[in-house]
Amino acid sequence: MRALAFAWRYLWSRPLGTTLNIVLLSLGLSSMAFLLLVAHQLNQAFERDLAGIDAVVGAKGSPMQLILSGVFHIDVPPGNVRLKAVRDLERNPLIAQVIPLSLGDNLQGFRIVGTTAAYATHYGASLAQGRMWDAPMQVVVGAQAAKKLGLSVGSSFSGSHGLGAGGHAHGDQRYTVVGILAPGGNVLDRLLLTDLASVWQVHEPPAAPAAHDHGDEAEGADHDHAAEHEAAESQSDSDAAREVTMALVQYKTPLAAMSFPRWVNTTTDMQAASPAVEISRLLKMLGLGTDVLRAFAGVLLLTAALSVFIALLSAVRERRGDLALLRMLGAPPARIAGLLLLEAAWLGLLAAVAGLALGQCFAYALAWGLQLDNSLLIGGTVWPGVLWVVPGLALLVSVGAALLPAWGAYRVSVLELLQSR
Amino acid sequence: MIRSTGLQFQYPQGPLLHFPDVEVKQGSVLLLSGPSGCGKSTWLALAAALVAPGAGELVVAGQALHALNGAVADAWRARTLGFLPQRLHLSEALTVFQNLAMAQWASGRPQDRVAIQTALEALGVSDLAHRRPAQLSGGQAQRVALARAVLMQPQVLLADEPTASLDDEAAADAVQLLLQTAARQHATLVIATHDARVARLIPPDAQGQPGFETLRLVRPAMAGGVA
Repeated sequence: MRALAFAWRYLWSRPLGTTLNIVLLSLGLSSMAFLLLVAHQLNQAFERDLAGIDAVVGAKGSPMQLILSGVFHIDVPPGNVRLKAVRDLERNPLIAQVIPLSLGDNLQGFRIVGTTAAYATHYGASLAQGRMWDAPMQVVVGAQAAKKLGLSVGSSFSGSHGLGAGGHAHGDQRYTVVGILAPGGNVLDRLLLTDLASVWQVHEPPAAPAAHDHGDEAEGADHDHAAEHEAAESQSDSDAAREVTMALVQYKTPLAAMSFPRWVNTTTDMQAASPAVEISRLLKMLGLGTDVLRAFAGVLLLTAALSVFIALLSAVRERRGDLALLRMLGAPPARIAGLLLLEAAWLGLLAAVAGLALGQCFAYALAWGLQLDNSLLIGGTVWPGVLWVVPGLALLVSVGAALLPAWGAYRVSVLELLQSR
Repeated sequence: MIRSTGLQFQYPQGPLLHFPDVEVKQGSVLLLSGPSGCGKSTWLALAAALVAPGAGELVVAGQALHALNGAVADAWRARTLGFLPQRLHLSEALTVFQNLAMAQWASGRPQDRVAIQTALEALGVSDLAHRRPAQLSGGQAQRVALARAVLMQPQVLLADEPTASLDDEAAADAVQLLLQTAARQHATLVIATHDARVARLIPPDAQGQPGFETLRLVRPAMAGGVA
C-alpha cells in the first residue's frame, strides 16, 4: 500500500510529463474503446432489428438495399412487388410467416409503414397508450417517433410522399393516431405503423375504395350473401393489382435457407435476400474502415508506449542516486524495480480510465448524431465484456514500456552513490 | 564495533587495494581519511556489505561480512547500518516526513509515525516535516538526512564526506551533530573524509587521548608495484 502511495507521488513529481503521457495513452485507448463500443452496439442494433427475420422478399435489385430498407429502414427500397405474389409465398411449406411491408410515405422523416399486426407482434412490441389499428388510416406510432413528432392518441396528420422529409403532402387523406408503442429499443421505435390498406388508400385513385363502398351499401338479408361475395371479389380483384414494397419472411426450418431464396430468385420476378449474408457483407465493407482506425489507434498506443518508456528511463536516470540510497537503506533490488513498475501501472490505470471515458463520449456523440438522422438506434452507456481489453491494453503498454527502465532500477549500483563526488 | 584483518579488494582491471587492520569499539568513532582515489568508497562499500572482500576478514556489529550476500546482506544493512551520503539524496517528490517514511519502507519495516517524529525532533527539524527538500537550507537538509540515517536506530552510522563544501562553522556544527547523534544511539560512527578539519573537530576523550580511531588510506601503487 505504501509503495502505491510512493509511486503515486513519484508519478506526479513530474506533472507535465505525466499528463502528456496520460493524454497520449488515453487517445490511443479511447480510439480502441470507441471501435469496440461501436462494433458492439452496431451488432446489437442489427441483431435486435433482425429479430429472427430469415429473408426479405422484394423487387429485384440490390439485395443489400432491400435489407437496409426493409429491416433497418435506412435506405430506399428497390421497388414494389405484387401483393398476390407475396400472398403466394405464405403457401410455401417452408415458410412460417410472411409480413408484408408497404413503404412510400413519411411524416417529417419518420417512415409510415403499411403492414399487418404481425409486424408489431414479431418485435414483441407492446402498447404504451391506446390500441392497435383496426381500420385503414389509423396509425400506431413508435415511441421515439411519437416523442419527436409530439404525437399522442387522437392526433391526426397527413403524410408526405417519399421516404425522407419533404415531398408533397397527401393533404386530403389524414391519418389518426390510435396507439403509441412502448420503447422497444428496436427499429419500431422510429416508425409509424398502419394498415396495409392505408397506403393503398392514400396512393390509389378513389375508384378502388368506391367499389368497397358499394359492397357496404348493400342492405337486406337477401343481399347479404351477394354483397359478401361481391366484396370478396372486389377485394381479390384489387389484390391482384395491389402492390406492397416487400415482405419479411420467417422460415419453418433452417433448411429453407438452402432452397427458398434460389426458388424465389429463379421462379418469380422477385428476389429473396438474406439479412445475415448482407449484414456480414456490410460489416466486411465497414471492416476496411475500422481496420484503418484500429491501425491508427495502434500507432497512437505505440507512440504513447515510447513516450512512457522515455519518461521512465529518464526518471530512473534522474533518481539513480535516490534509488541507490534506498538500496543502501536495505531495499532489495526487486522493491526498487517494483516501485517503478507501480508508477507505470498508475499511469496505465489513469490512462485507461481517461481513455474509456473518452471512448464512451465518442460513442455517445456518434449515437447522438445517428439519432438526429433517425438512423440506427445505438447508444446508451454499455460495457460489453470485450471492453476489458482497454484497461488490459493500458496496463500491458505502460508496464511493458517500464520493463527496461525497471531493469535499470533493479541494477542500480550502490557503489555509484559512494563514488559520486 | 568494527574489526578488519588483512582486508583486500580488487576491482576488475583495477589495482589491488590493501586496507590496514582496524579495531573500533561499539560506540566510538572511526575516521576514515586519505586522498581521493585511495579506496575510501571501497572500504565503505565493504563495510556496508555491498561488495565482498577479496581476502581478509571484516566484522561489523558482530557480523562477519564475507558470509553475507544478496537479500541477506540487504536485510542486514536495513537492520544495522545508517548512512549519510555526501549528496543527501532527499527525494524531491516527497516531503521530509515522507522521505523518512520511505526509508522505513525501503528497510521493509511497517510505517512508524512516532519514530519518524522522534527522529526529526531529536535533530530539531520536526517543524519542517511537511516541507519539500527544496524548501530546506543546506544545514536543515543535512539534519533531515541524518534523521533518516538514524531512524532505524542503527548500530553503525556511516557518514560520507559530511563536511565537504561546508564553511568552518557549518563543518563544526555538522561534526558535533554527528557525534551527538551517534552517541545518543550508542552507534559506532564512521566518518569518511579527506577534510583535515574533521580530526580537529572531534574532542579528545577523558584521558586526553584522541576521541577517535584513525584508518588512514594511501593511494595504491600502480599495477605491478608491490608483489
